[in-house]
Amino acid sequence: MIIKTEKTIPTSEITDQWVFQRRRTIIKAMMAGMLLPSAVSLASAGSDDPRWRDLQRSPYSDDTASLTPKRLVENYTNYYEFSFNKEDSSDLAQHLRIDRWNIAIGGEVEKPGQYFLEDIIAKLTLKEYVYRFRCVEAWSMVVPWVGFPLADLIKLVNPLSTAKFVKFTTLMQPDTMPKQRIKAMLDWPYVEALRIDEAVHPLTIMAVGMYGDILPKQNGAPLRLVVPWKYGFKSIKAVVKIELTKTAPMTTWHAFAPNEYGFYANVNPDVPHPRWSQSSERRLGSGYFMPRRRTELFNGYGEQVAAMYGDLDLRHFF
Amino acid sequence: MPGRISHAWMLSTVACLLPLFVLIFNVLNDQLGANPVQAIHVRLGDWALRFLWITLAITPIQTVTKWRGMADYRQMFGLYAFFYASLHVLAYLFVDHAGVWSLIVVDILESAYVWFGVLAYMIVLLLALTSPNAVKKRLGRSWKKLHRLIYYAAAAAIVHYFWQLKGNLFQPLFYLTIIMFLLGFRVLVWMRNRRMNRLMIPKGRVVSLEEGE
Repeated sequence: MIIKTEKTIPTSEITDQWVFQRRRTIIKAMMAGMLLPSAVSLASAGSDDPRWRDLQRSPYSDDTASLTPKRLVENYTNYYEFSFNKEDSSDLAQHLRIDRWNIAIGGEVEKPGQYFLEDIIAKLTLKEYVYRFRCVEAWSMVVPWVGFPLADLIKLVNPLSTAKFVKFTTLMQPDTMPKQRIKAMLDWPYVEALRIDEAVHPLTIMAVGMYGDILPKQNGAPLRLVVPWKYGFKSIKAVVKIELTKTAPMTTWHAFAPNEYGFYANVNPDVPHPRWSQSSERRLGSGYFMPRRRTELFNGYGEQVAAMYGDLDLRHFF
Repeated sequence: MPGRISHAWMLSTVACLLPLFVLIFNVLNDQLGANPVQAIHVRLGDWALRFLWITLAITPIQTVTKWRGMADYRQMFGLYAFFYASLHVLAYLFVDHAGVWSLIVVDILESAYVWFGVLAYMIVLLLALTSPNAVKKRLGRSWKKLHRLIYYAAAAAIVHYFWQLKGNLFQPLFYLTIIMFLLGFRVLVWMRNRRMNRLMIPKGRVVSLEEGE
């Protein structure tokens, strides 16, 4: 960081780089806030001056599906740290403090440590990834994420051959996250994990933005995982810790209801959830009287990922 | 209602139809959020459940307040429970699934929570069909027995509600608590009546009473 060498200006006076790069958005938000007090919460996410323009699009992008309107993606999130209602986190998450974001990377790696998010972004190539996203609740959307392959991040810290799994942990910030504060339902902080081959698969990305702009807080800002062939709950939000492990970590939903939410959680229309069918899905933004879509095995990414599962019994390892 | 349409009857009808008008207003003004199809579906289901609960609340209210003449409203609320349940089913079949039967059949077969919804609806449908006074007269004593099936409909409806959720149980627990009170009240009344009967009627005469009826 350059600012460390600058001694004449007290650190408290220096504008955070994160803030600096969003100054136009922030000023707009403040002005909007003065004019329309009720609109403050969403103003920081909406902007006609997006952070990233003309990013190269990943070859894995889905160019045939039409994008889900951004306002729907921003207002329909399962962020149980804030609310069990998908439409409440949009406001509640605005209290989250995400400045100066560090990620602790550790476990079976040569270079463990605290990594500053902006430093990571500076080192890696950001691209746009248009992915289908399928929730275990049988709704889906198509989102243009901005991010980088998780494999690139893992390479930065030199993984050891003993690393077999990757464990991710969400931020613990009980003063802004009401459900963490009252210890509701799940065992906080939220934990997810992938097998190492899944983690370094080129489809697996860490997202820092969507629709060309920084991630809205309710969508997992400032850094989230996106694994498009698995149910949405695997794509953990607001990641603060990444550990490479020798054994399979226990994950949050799997611990809550092991017979309902498996470790793999691969999208699979032929393996119903014990209480509901996974054979079809409601695509957000589709009109009234539009039938549900038929759900595809691996959310339609079978060509890329099926080989990883070989003859694994997908019914047993759901 | 006997004979004429009273103000109370008019008022109740408007109140019962209000949720539907609000829903239509919300649809026309795009106020149902990111997943309006599901929102319609859930809203209709919620109102079917609420009317079922209101229907079950009438008898305890009558007993406590000793206010007679609510039986007609019990029938009315019951029919509105059927009305909203029917819209709920129609929305599932023809809005969410757009009448694509290959999708619907698989969904019903694989979704355990739907089975309980189907069971609840079958019962409510049967009760609605046997609701007219003419049918009631023809069925005689078995009508009352038949309409006790409403307790099974309530139980199936609450399981249907619980089983579709991922784990946030606040709202179904709220409805469960209310139904426990409503059914608990009936159990208390039943137990009291049985005790009274035992005190008042010599054992040998119970049989002869029933025969004489």
